[in-house]
Amino acid sequence: MLNYLWGFMIVLGVTIGVISGNIGEVSKATINSSKEAVMLCITMLGIMAMWTGIMHVAKKCGLVAAFTKALRPVIRFLYPDLPKDHIVNEHIASNMIANILGLGWAATPMGLMAMKELKALNNDSEIASCDMCTLLIINISSLQLIPVNIIAYRSQYGSVNPAEILAAGLIATICSTCMGVAFSVIARKRCTRKRLKGKTR
Amino acid sequence: MRFLIYISDYIIPFIFFYIIGMGLLMKQNVFDDFISGAKDGFKVVIDILPTLIGLMVAIGILRASGVLDELAYLLQPVTDKLHFPSEAVPLVIIKMFSSSAATSLLLDIFKEHGPDSYLGRLTSIIMSSTETIFYTLAVYFMAAGVKKTRYTLVGCLLAALTGVVASVVVTNLVF
Repeated sequence: MLNYLWGFMIVLGVTIGVISGNIGEVSKATINSSKEAVMLCITMLGIMAMWTGIMHVAKKCGLVAAFTKALRPVIRFLYPDLPKDHIVNEHIASNMIANILGLGWAATPMGLMAMKELKALNNDSEIASCDMCTLLIINISSLQLIPVNIIAYRSQYGSVNPAEILAAGLIATICSTCMGVAFSVIARKRCTRKRLKGKTR
Repeated sequence: MRFLIYISDYIIPFIFFYIIGMGLLMKQNVFDDFISGAKDGFKVVIDILPTLIGLMVAIGILRASGVLDELAYLLQPVTDKLHFPSEAVPLVIIKMFSSSAATSLLLDIFKEHGPDSYLGRLTSIIMSSTETIFYTLAVYFMAAGVKKTRYTLVGCLLAALTGVVASVVVTNLVF
């Protein structure tokens, strides 16, 4: 699926680029984007390593376990098939908390670790499990409580009240998250019959 | 309002203070723990670098070719019927692929219409209630080596659509 999506993006982009006469731009963009990706990774290296470092400290002193416990009902509801005391619960909980606090850079490594554990639980299959689908849908439905950067941009551009969008944004976020949750719960129920036989441990 | 800006200033230092403080109280080797965790973070980033390069090249090609603008133009009759401002359509589409590109469109809208205009408010709310679908999807699934993503994309698109619709409704109601 990703192979098609990615290939399609490039084929479509080049085709339209030729038709619309933007091919020079396309050519430049190809080179520049690969450079940009590396620049982004260098920034990411610092920030992500910082967050995974601090999370490791939190893990070592039992804070993550405490938060995971607090979030247990939510996790049980969203991921009913997860083994109860598996480390993946902690990753999912930290990912959720980082998302809610709006720390996207911290959420990503936690989410990726959760994803890897989920894959191992799924017998290393190349097909996504329901848990993986849920994890992504929840991540993408935006859990952020305070859109700090948007508020900052608004004040930078002379808004009288930069934070006035806060309540409205929160309502919209809740709507999209509810839809994501509802969809993943229903989709999971629908494919329950096809579910793995051997979810050991 | 003031309070919120305070919160955003305090949040990261406070998290640090809290976690490290706890670590010290529990007599942990906080610096050693930090280093070993940071090493894991390094590996994560190195792992996703190839995915990011591939993805950003594809997004760069799409943006430069003008496909996204064409798409916004094609969708205009539909969005006009739904009373969705046509200026916001490219932003919604680009936000699915790249957050930084969407931000630059947002700032253009702020510059032209002002952040307190209807359009400025609407786009601010859309930006804060949606995520970059294709980007996140690709990074997560590629990093885990998953090929068949099943219903994830549909679910994500549905959630994003709900977010956009809710943004329009809420903006009309509140402002």
